[in-house]
Amino acid sequence: MPATDADVIDALVGIAQGSDLDAIRARRPEARTHAQATYRALFAPEKPGAVSLQDRFAVGAFVAGLHGAAIVAARYGERLVESGASTALRDAVDAAVAEAKTKGPYGSYPAGPLSREDSAGPVYRAGAVTRRGLGPRLAAAFEHVHMLVFHPRDAAPAALQSLLDAGWTTTDVVTISQIVAFLSFQIRVVTGLRVLAGRP
Amino acid sequence: MSDKVLTPPEHKAPVAFTRAQLDWLPWLAPLAVDEMSARHMASLVDAARVKSPYFRLLARDPDALEARTRTDKDIFYNPDAGLPRAERELAAAATSRFNGCLYCASVHARHAATYSKREGDVDRLLDAGVDVDLGERWSAIVAASVALSATPSTFGPEHVDRLRRAGLDDLAIADVIHASAFFNWANRLMLSLGEPAVAAGA
Repeated sequence: MPATDADVIDALVGIAQGSDLDAIRARRPEARTHAQATYRALFAPEKPGAVSLQDRFAVGAFVAGLHGAAIVAARYGERLVESGASTALRDAVDAAVAEAKTKGPYGSYPAGPLSREDSAGPVYRAGAVTRRGLGPRLAAAFEHVHMLVFHPRDAAPAALQSLLDAGWTTTDVVTISQIVAFLSFQIRVVTGLRVLAGRP
Repeated sequence: MSDKVLTPPEHKAPVAFTRAQLDWLPWLAPLAVDEMSARHMASLVDAARVKSPYFRLLARDPDALEARTRTDKDIFYNPDAGLPRAERELAAAATSRFNGCLYCASVHARHAATYSKREGDVDRLLDAGVDVDLGERWSAIVAASVALSATPSTFGPEHVDRLRRAGLDDLAIADVIHASAFFNWANRLMLSLGEPAVAAGA
């Protein structure tokens, strides 16, 4: 069961017991343990509540896909299948990645001296077919997730209200935000440590 | 009845990066102190954080908050070798500067300045941005943090080589990776769940 899942970062980096990176991660034991505990809290929660495991892995697969992190995306895609997602949902997640993928970070600052650093970029709105495949709740979540991944400094209360209007509660929004934010960490640790491992 | 976002009280929004103390105003309702269970309280890890609307909002998912906080503390406070604390804070400040999180940048720029005593260099990072020359070692740390923070990441072997030439061992490089990666987590929560405000009386 997921509660005893092997360490996800170790698995995705390919860290073998006794390797140099194993020794390095062992020097920060709490970070290693609690990165995994966060994964469990978000992807194998005791009580998933209104954010189902399928929702969680759909968001996970979308975030990893947007990052172009193939190894991580494959893992979350597998878990999405295991969570019982329909073919239509899996196809909609893949379609959303293809529609939404860009480069970040971009966005606007409050008007003032930082305005010269403003850089424009797309605001994601799911296409009609993708939206049907995701359903309205998940489509609203994906539109928010895209902003969090690529242009978080454009965040505004209206974006959160869209999520609430789609039927997510305040607590659900906290959980969805943590999933995206945590994956933004996990993907970068995996990416960074893989580069380090490839440079002995 | 669906939940509603909060309208923050009248406040002055910061318009530039700063080392000054900022407030943070939530856009979603934090838990009220008197509705917090023992599990919610324990998830704060530090009891004093009950005063923070940010942590009381995140406490709505207590398991995620507690694990987040324990990850954070080990990455930044573990004193066992690796990257000096000042440079872990530098990576956090650079990541926050790049992602555009004025609140996170203010906190970690203060820490970076406190631990390094290089207030001028920290201010130049805040004012001019992540391409400013801070001397080879600091610039290598900032460049690696920024490359890892780009989506998709542009972090590559050239960043590892540059950090090694600047004198970092592999534990220190892993610390740069974790500090930057962690602020990609923190920035997204801080930026999207509320907004910074110039501290009252400032």
